[in-house]
Amino acid sequence: MTHPAPVQHPSVNGASPTGTPRIPFRTFRLAVPPVSGIVRPRLVLVCLALAVVTFLVFCWGVAVGDFPIGLTGVVRALAGYGDPGTLLVVRELRLPRALVGLLVGVAFGISGALFQTMTRNPLASPDMIGLTEGAGTAVVAGIVLGWDGGLGVQSLGLIGALATALLVYALAWKGGTTGYRIILVGIGVSWICTSATDYLLARGERFQAQAALGWLVGNLNGRDWNHVVPLAAVMAGLVPVALLLGRLMRTLQLGDDVAAGLGTRVQPVRLALLLAGVGLVAFGTAAAGPIAFVALAAPQIAQRLAGTAWPPPIASGLAGALIVLSSDLIARNLISGTELPVGIVTGVIGAPVLLWLLVRANRSGSGG
Amino acid sequence: MTRSEGLRPAFLVALIGVVLVALCLLSIALGARNIPLGQVVRALSGHPPDQLVENVIWSVRVPRTALGLAAGAALGLSGALMQALTRNPLADPGLLGVSAGAAFAIVLSVAVLGFGSLFGYIWFSFAGAFVASVVVFLLGRLGRSGLTPVKLALAGVAVTSLLTSLTSAIVLTNPEALNRYRFWAAGSLADQNGDVVLRILPFLAAGALLALACAPALNSLALGDDVAAALGRRLGLIRLQGVVAITLLTGAAVSVIGPVVFIGLVIPHVARILAQHAGLGPDHRWLLPLSALLAPCLLLAADIVGRVAARPVEIQAGILIAFIGGPFFIALVRRRRLAEL
Repeated sequence: MTHPAPVQHPSVNGASPTGTPRIPFRTFRLAVPPVSGIVRPRLVLVCLALAVVTFLVFCWGVAVGDFPIGLTGVVRALAGYGDPGTLLVVRELRLPRALVGLLVGVAFGISGALFQTMTRNPLASPDMIGLTEGAGTAVVAGIVLGWDGGLGVQSLGLIGALATALLVYALAWKGGTTGYRIILVGIGVSWICTSATDYLLARGERFQAQAALGWLVGNLNGRDWNHVVPLAAVMAGLVPVALLLGRLMRTLQLGDDVAAGLGTRVQPVRLALLLAGVGLVAFGTAAAGPIAFVALAAPQIAQRLAGTAWPPPIASGLAGALIVLSSDLIARNLISGTELPVGIVTGVIGAPVLLWLLVRANRSGSGG
Repeated sequence: MTRSEGLRPAFLVALIGVVLVALCLLSIALGARNIPLGQVVRALSGHPPDQLVENVIWSVRVPRTALGLAAGAALGLSGALMQALTRNPLADPGLLGVSAGAAFAIVLSVAVLGFGSLFGYIWFSFAGAFVASVVVFLLGRLGRSGLTPVKLALAGVAVTSLLTSLTSAIVLTNPEALNRYRFWAAGSLADQNGDVVLRILPFLAAGALLALACAPALNSLALGDDVAAALGRRLGLIRLQGVVAITLLTGAAVSVIGPVVFIGLVIPHVARILAQHAGLGPDHRWLLPLSALLAPCLLLAADIVGRVAARPVEIQAGILIAFIGGPFFIALVRRRRLAEL
């Protein structure tokens, strides 16, 4: 947007008079056979900075609470040193919660980057295709109707999200899919899911509605290792896939026809992208509920920090983690004695960020 | 297709009119206690068979049906207007943050001021809807290029997200606000005081007049900003007029019956298909009134089905509309190529 990526214009910056390709300013070509690629120092720096800040906020989150632990105590406890009481609090209470926040943030951030790149739309986010609404309907049905089946809220959310994704993909299939049609069908499906949720909320008892809403907002309260383990396992598989797909994805940004012309197999790549993005969001939502705005805002913030023309996946994931962890820190300490759900804070923080992006885009004359 | 081959416009309007009248009669006749159509007609013409029937009809069923007509027409009209104004076939009347503003005002009024009269919150939610859409409009105007459809949509998304978060925060800490909110959010014509229609009618009428007055300008706007300006249209003025009309129509309707804005997303598409079959083309002088006629049909039908489908409980009309309109919308997406955003 504001900083056109040099690599996107090979013909403009192409061969220099000497005939060797000229690598534009601010990027370096890495060519150590058989590996070659382009290194962007600014992107690397941004990723490192985000990682450091995220780690600090992570430790801070573990340190703060009814039983305060110093930052050094936290680092020591994470390494396995300290008195038994501190170790217990850190390992059983604070660490799982912080880990869920971290993982969910990364999952939403990367998934948002995938969706925004795939649809070429900065407003696209996985919530848009009905995933989170489907998860919400399943969970609220479980709470209000007691259709638990012994599965628990986490599994219900997962089933709801995956079933909705499958439904949207099937309904959008018509001898192939287009990103646009998937979004449109997703809007229709999410309307149906939302109103089913509203119906269940109005039908349930008051305490059930309250519990359901607490989940619907997105919440890290009371998360334990049972939430961490499945999410971590799935992410260990999906995040590398998502990052590897990044290169293929960029040709999709040029449009389906151009991508096909450049040799990308459009349908399989899109399906793989969808699977990776959907898997990340589904497991993330199952663990923490649909935390508002992270998937939308994190990629946009990362893109602007790194000055790239598309949302960089790793930086988006780190930005997502930073948003979730710092929002949770605020949510826990804003009103003493009350733990607000983290989703409320991300929404309140995210809206001004979006507005800021809007005004900035106007200033540079590119937002339109 | 020439006009003589397809549906004639006059015949089309008459057909929708007949359907609408039939739905009104059914809406008055059906309910917890069914009243035969003959008695309905007699009661409406001033010769009620007995006191009970007269009471049921005039104090419950007629206000409810009138509310369905008024609110439905308002949502259909503002939906068509919103899609024309933003040139976006996916725009719904809630895009300006109207629903979110109304919701926030409702929970705020319950949480801060205590729960006053049964329909006192309607004015709060109307005020909330109004303030939210003014804020969205002003934010959308920021920057050198002035108000553009994309900026309007983005500003709407941002404001909606902010207000929704704040609404959740209040609702989660205040059980009474949650209670009021969840019944409002489902969207229903039931349990409204008879006066409500009369109270919101001036706003709806003003909004409808403003909206219909926009119609010729919207036809120019559909050709693009530059062409419309070259044709002598004052873009800023048209958009301001449109936003005011949408705020009046949607704000008043949503405050009373809940955020049933999906109706405003779906109905204009139906109107466009019908207009095409009648050989009218995308002429907003026809599309706006057609939407205003079709939307109450859907709302009343959903309300009637909700009343009789699961007796003795009622299913809220807003929920049925999404269940009917959602699949219809998906079928539309699969069949036709909607204009790109």
